[in-house]
Amino acid sequence: MREQEPLVRAKNFMEVPYGYSPEEAEAEASRCLNCLKPSCRQGCPVSVDIPSFIKLVKEGRFVEAAWKIKEENALPAVCGRVCPQESQCESLCILGKKSTPVAIGNLERFVADYERENGEVQIPEKPKPSGRKVAIIGSGPGGLTCAADLIKEGHQVTLFEALHKPGGVLIYGIPEFRLPKVIVEKEVDYIKKQGVEVVTNAFVGKLYEIDELLNEKGFDACFIATGAGLPVFMGIPGENLNGIYSANEFLTRANLMKAYLFPEYDTPIKRGKKVAVLGGGNVAMDSARVALRLGAEKVYLIYRRSEAEMPARKAEIHHAHEEGIEFMLLTNPVRYIDDGKGNVCGIECIKMELGEPDASGRRKPVPVKGSEFQIEIDVAIPAIGTRSNQFLTSTMSDLSLNKRGYIIADHETGMTSKPGVFAGGDIVTGAATVILAMGAGRKAARGINEYLKWKFWDTSKLAR
Amino acid sequence: MFKILKKEELSDAVTLFEIEAKDIAKKAKAGNFFVLKIDEQGERIPLTIADFDRERGTITTIFQKMGKTTHQLGALSEGDALSDVIGPLGMHSHIEKFGKVVCVGGGVGIAPIYPIARALKEAGNTVISIIGARSKNLIFWEDKMREVSDELIIVTDDGSHGRKAVVTVPLDELLRDDDIQLVYAIGPAIMMKFVSKTTEKYQVKTIVSLNSIMVDATGMCGACRVEVGGETKFACVDGPEFEGHKVDFDLLMSRQRMYIDEEKLAMERYKNKMGVQ
Repeated sequence: MREQEPLVRAKNFMEVPYGYSPEEAEAEASRCLNCLKPSCRQGCPVSVDIPSFIKLVKEGRFVEAAWKIKEENALPAVCGRVCPQESQCESLCILGKKSTPVAIGNLERFVADYERENGEVQIPEKPKPSGRKVAIIGSGPGGLTCAADLIKEGHQVTLFEALHKPGGVLIYGIPEFRLPKVIVEKEVDYIKKQGVEVVTNAFVGKLYEIDELLNEKGFDACFIATGAGLPVFMGIPGENLNGIYSANEFLTRANLMKAYLFPEYDTPIKRGKKVAVLGGGNVAMDSARVALRLGAEKVYLIYRRSEAEMPARKAEIHHAHEEGIEFMLLTNPVRYIDDGKGNVCGIECIKMELGEPDASGRRKPVPVKGSEFQIEIDVAIPAIGTRSNQFLTSTMSDLSLNKRGYIIADHETGMTSKPGVFAGGDIVTGAATVILAMGAGRKAARGINEYLKWKFWDTSKLAR
Repeated sequence: MFKILKKEELSDAVTLFEIEAKDIAKKAKAGNFFVLKIDEQGERIPLTIADFDRERGTITTIFQKMGKTTHQLGALSEGDALSDVIGPLGMHSHIEKFGKVVCVGGGVGIAPIYPIARALKEAGNTVISIIGARSKNLIFWEDKMREVSDELIIVTDDGSHGRKAVVTVPLDELLRDDDIQLVYAIGPAIMMKFVSKTTEKYQVKTIVSLNSIMVDATGMCGACRVEVGGETKFACVDGPEFEGHKVDFDLLMSRQRMYIDEEKLAMERYKNKMGVQ
């Protein structure tokens, strides 16, 4: 797919790839062998009928192709952009064995964009009302998917969002140049048009309690999809100096609050000249590339393992390299250095080497004695993960949590230990991907639908 | 949208708003705060819930015009609306019968100390309140504070009203002479720091409410991190109230100054746009 030139795009917030032209899309789709036993579909957490939609693209029936995807996936324009296709559908494409797999993600993105831009978004007919009400807590990918599925069943669905804008991580976390916010807004609109009520500024646990929703406000079931939550800091000296942001904060300022447009927008952000980003996941790549677009001369990506172990999408690592992010691999921060006025002015790191495999199966990095060194920085962004946000769960004494504070839920139905309450996505699994949260939202929708029919609560399969 | 039902200028710099927010009013408790955002371009700022009326469905807040956002806020009128109001946020105050307590409110800190003093009074405590500001025109809610206090002491830096002193002077006298069980102090960080230093001498438990910079204010970003007893805490969800003797106030003050240059720029730009001095 054609892209903005690396050195040009590193200075703007516009999307990196331009997207296919209709001709390019048809040509890419024609590469599909239409296998008798397609395995690509098995790689999709929401089981999109990939061969059928690709066939429609091949025939130039782009809008129908989008509708085909939407049978299984409410957010194709999002997934086409942010799914890790290389480890899912595309990894199973038979063409990948000898050459490159069909670019399923790019095709998905193309048809979703085509449908939207050509004003042919189809609003499904309203089903017969079931008379049941479902509350969904959190409007990220899991909550949106669950809402989209449940509204089709005729249930009344209310989506509660703590922030002032719906979309969760799609709005506050993933930057504009990777997922334009107008796309998320359109996807949310699509769900609203189908009848989902979206209530922003509603911090459930404070403004409403779950028991209140179930017992007083007439909801028959709740789905908790509040996401991963609290940022993790490394616990090294100097971490609270000015200029050090959690990736969550840095990205929220830039994306949700549009701080890159300061002072047009009121939220400020430090535009570091030399920025260190800590971590090797998608959030680290996003943070590094945002820092670059805010005008940094130098952005270091500090990661304690080697590039092969980085959990980020391959495309993001590639883009980061192209744009000139400097990878400092097998390196671990030890402490931050104070400029004497409360601001960070440097970071001390130590070199690492790979030892024996650890619990994750990856070789464990161990420090190399005496290899400490310092670099000059004025902004640092630890992007080393999140821990469970126990704010909502702490208000529910009858909800079982695992020892890391995540909700224990049946992976097939989303059922928790508390009757009527379902959960899924990062608040169950810990930080994962958009598509996995969507998969959890879809499964919970099925679980909720069954529960609303039979009102039967089965906790025998709760993963402990 | 959240409508401003009442606006009152308490002084040149201090404004009171009563905002329509039915569900928040229903749940608000002493010690909670809320976040507001004026419009699409606005930033999210935390403000204290100075009072609430569950029946009318309103929350009352009091703010001092400091930077661009608070000036813009102060320029709004009754009937105008805010695009976003989120709350109640933070842990509420722990209220019980302690015995004799002192409530210290400095500057706009008088606003949040009021519901706490009231709750402490209702719980059967003897409440001595100290309110202070730079000068007379910055003192407000004297009557309301008197109503919920057994004794009210007023101080100003310039002596234009009440005693010419800072709040720690009468506080020290009270601690010396009286059997005080608890001190609550809300105001500028520097005031809370010196209140804590004063009470530490007498080993009287002191609760302060930290006003750090916040973004989401729901625990997601960590902008508001503070150090309490050597540990990093998030003021938005772990606080905003903490034990004053354990708080690193110098760090708090340093972090509050993080955007001083940006604040200046935004203010200059706003003044030019509005054609004001």
